[in-house]
Amino acid sequence: MWIEALIAVTLLGAFVVLLAPDAWARKLAFALSLLPLAGSVWMFFTYDATGNVLLGGSPAFATKIPWINLGPYTLSWFVGVDGISMPLLVLTTLLTTLAILSAWTPIDERQSQFYGLMLFMEMSLIGVFTALDFFQWFVFWEFVLVPMYFLIGVWGGPRRKYAAIKFFVYTNVASLVMFIGFLALVWTLPVNTLDLPAIAAAIHNGGVGSLYGISPNTLKTAAFVAMFVGFAVKVPVVPFHTWLPDAHVEAPTPASVMLAGVLLKMGTYALLRFNFTMLPDVARNLAFYIAIVAVVSVLYGAMLALAQQDLKRIVAYSSISSMGYVILGLVAYTAYGIGGATFQMISHGLISGLMFMCVGVIYNVAHTRMVGDLSGIADRMPITAGVFVAAAFGYMGLPLMSGFAAEFFVFVGSFQSTVLSGNAMAVFTAVAMFGIVIVAGYLLFAMQRVLFGPFRADTDHEIVRAARHDVAAIVVLVLFVVLLGIDPNIFYGMIQDAVRPILALVGGGL
Amino acid sequence: MVQLPPLTPQYLLGLTALVLLLVDTVSPESRKNGLLAGVSLAGSMLALVTSGWFLLAGTGQTQPFVLFGGAIVVDGMSLFFTAIFASVTSLVVLASYDYVRDQAYLAEYYALVLLAATGMSMMAASNSLATVFVALELTSLPSYVLVAYLKHNRGSVEAGLKYFLIGALSSAVFAYGISLVYATSGTLVLSDIASAVSSTTFVGVLGLGVLMVLGGFAFKTASVPFHFWAPEAYEGAPGPISAFLSSASKAAGFVVAFRVFTIAFPLQQLAGIGVDWALAFAILAVVTMTLGNFAAATQERVKRMLAYSSIGHAGYVLIGLAALSGDNNSFVLGASMMHLLVYGFMNTGAFLFIALAEYWGLGRTFEDFNGLATQAPVACAAMTVFMFSLAGLPVGAGFLSKYFLFAGAIGAGLWWLAAIAAANSALSLYYYSRVVKAMWIEEPSSSLDIDSRPVGLYVAIVAAAVVTVLLLPAFNPVAHTAINAAAALF
Repeated sequence: MWIEALIAVTLLGAFVVLLAPDAWARKLAFALSLLPLAGSVWMFFTYDATGNVLLGGSPAFATKIPWINLGPYTLSWFVGVDGISMPLLVLTTLLTTLAILSAWTPIDERQSQFYGLMLFMEMSLIGVFTALDFFQWFVFWEFVLVPMYFLIGVWGGPRRKYAAIKFFVYTNVASLVMFIGFLALVWTLPVNTLDLPAIAAAIHNGGVGSLYGISPNTLKTAAFVAMFVGFAVKVPVVPFHTWLPDAHVEAPTPASVMLAGVLLKMGTYALLRFNFTMLPDVARNLAFYIAIVAVVSVLYGAMLALAQQDLKRIVAYSSISSMGYVILGLVAYTAYGIGGATFQMISHGLISGLMFMCVGVIYNVAHTRMVGDLSGIADRMPITAGVFVAAAFGYMGLPLMSGFAAEFFVFVGSFQSTVLSGNAMAVFTAVAMFGIVIVAGYLLFAMQRVLFGPFRADTDHEIVRAARHDVAAIVVLVLFVVLLGIDPNIFYGMIQDAVRPILALVGGGL
Repeated sequence: MVQLPPLTPQYLLGLTALVLLLVDTVSPESRKNGLLAGVSLAGSMLALVTSGWFLLAGTGQTQPFVLFGGAIVVDGMSLFFTAIFASVTSLVVLASYDYVRDQAYLAEYYALVLLAATGMSMMAASNSLATVFVALELTSLPSYVLVAYLKHNRGSVEAGLKYFLIGALSSAVFAYGISLVYATSGTLVLSDIASAVSSTTFVGVLGLGVLMVLGGFAFKTASVPFHFWAPEAYEGAPGPISAFLSSASKAAGFVVAFRVFTIAFPLQQLAGIGVDWALAFAILAVVTMTLGNFAAATQERVKRMLAYSSIGHAGYVLIGLAALSGDNNSFVLGASMMHLLVYGFMNTGAFLFIALAEYWGLGRTFEDFNGLATQAPVACAAMTVFMFSLAGLPVGAGFLSKYFLFAGAIGAGLWWLAAIAAANSALSLYYYSRVVKAMWIEEPSSSLDIDSRPVGLYVAIVAAAVVTVLLLPAFNPVAHTAINAAAALF
């Protein structure tokens, strides 16, 4: 009942905040968001799942009750968490709380609507990461679009209307492609539910039949491609990334934090759950192309970031680069590869959220984010600058930061991988590692110019210390980044437990 | 124990219409909007309750009630659709209470609404082509008048005239189609037609007849090629009447199409002699939804956009007939029925919101809605629910029924149909969200000032929104009933 309690609390909280007067909304929303955070932390400590929930593992906190009866088919309310979804659940509740805190300064109009939508989005995200029935999962998946559309569209920057509708239509089209691909697969299976473990089991027992003259193998490949494209937009990988910079640049800071920190992980989470867990044989057949997509995303995203002047755009494009590592780790099909990819989802969620918050804090004070407009602000904003530098090092993978563990795992995993013949994966890994160099290049260059050197600020606003709650949010987050860097096993143990059954599908890892 | 006649909901609707005229006859001079609206609401609610009760009690669902020598049938499907018509009628009369307050001929207005509703519920229960035709005319004739009800408004009168002319033409086509079917089968009762036509040698005559009957339904459901009355009629008509026509009247056209095509012209038999109407419906579905959506995307006026979107939704529902070639017939047809039910709430609500805007004297374009949420957040929140639900986002049950339709099409092997429908659905998000964007995101113009809160309209809109949202978690009874009712036809 814990998952239902989290969903109920956030949903009720959203309505309470929506109806509350603007003056209280921020504190009320913050207080209410502590409840699901506390709940998910409690769940983390009492977590008792084993294995991968899609592959015969026993999920924690599971409930299953029939929802809609469609003749021979039954849709259920089916929730539960395993080692892959539990860390993402904690990430969601933690980032929501901190994102709400980071909204206190910049959001000064229609506050109750803003915070209500934030809580509503948290509810949807919890649903996405815990749902185990396809249709129920899809409901939450689509739910997420609605609050994000408003968060960008109402509280965003100058081109917010364009960015909001682009995000909305782009990701909705992707969902539809994925929906058609997945259902075409499911219709041929001897199952009469949409519950994901049953579907995964049916696929692995060779249940995929032919659909109107299309052979099972072609159908599986077609479904895989449709789902991959659908999820790739959400991740996003090159060439489906064009909505992301617009959405990020126009979105207000807290929305960017949620977008980069959690919403992008929906895409990689779904790739792992659907494509790489349900159709591992197809994934291996297409591994070459997927690896190319991953490497291109890493390098092209990094190079795009290199070319930007706007701090927020830099971070936005670097997200594309980092998500490329996740894809590379997934396709490797090794314990470190998939485990590292999952760990990278958490790590990147924390670090990119932190980076966006830091940019937001600077913007709150300076009212500009252009690299050329600012110089040497570390003197005036020492803590913010310190955290920003720490976050950047985390991004680059400095040891003792979570980014190091994540990227190290991914590289080790993909280097060892024999999913492609010869040394192809090692070559891909080596090329992808070059992305780190570019990251170091653009982040250090931007840091050096904005934070250090002689003080200069081309802005009408005086550069002063950031507000206390802004600093508190980034300090808390950087502590988590360091904590996970020092002891990755906080999450890595349970991740490995859930990843092992996936590897067993392909013969114990490649 | 006294048993209610199976046609009780239909009787209730018809009697209410007569009571309204009687009330007006007793005191023709006094204005009594409240009384008339109250009687209409009571009558339609009572019809809703009885049809819902019959559905729950299982009336006619194991063994349909066949009355009047096979001309009328009461089964799950007729009750399901009667419940839709009664709900839409209730919402419409509730909203009309404010909308027509200052007009003349109030009793006639309400009575015509109820008569049209009676005709629709008779269409749902028709089991012979003769009763189908009569019920269709009973629905159409009051509708023509209602569209032209604002007789000092040029738009309204013009819309009524267009609607009437095209309606008369399509009725003629329909009647001619019936005569051709009669010529090949020698009967008008649906189930007898099926057995007669399977061995007919006049395949050409039968095919032409089926095509013409299909044309008649295309008119009623505002599908291509008889769709072009719809934007004019919906835009010119009084707001509540647009809601009524685009939701209830459309559903009435579909229920007849479902029954006639599954019972009188069963696909397996007709495809055997070369009349594959499922393909015709698949093509109609594609053309209808694509045309409706693209036209809607280019509109500048909100009501006209909704009119075209309503054509687009007719295209989605047609999937239910197009995908009957597979082995999931009851699921697909049931999904169409579910979609019509949800549509009855979300689309009615959207048009009633337009009625509210007309009541406030707002303009007709998207820009005129700018910043409306700052003045009327409750109504705008409801409209947002309708728009997103129509677009297929899961804020309302429109999501479920639409995706069940897509799933049904995929299951029947009609990938391309599902893909085209999905592309259309994604496009629709663009123009539906324009309304949402105008209301919530754009800045209000300085002249925007809303001071009145018409009770009837508000209650109707909020009720429609609440039902749309609540149907999302509580969809099981609807889905269950619809699929069982659909299964009874095969």
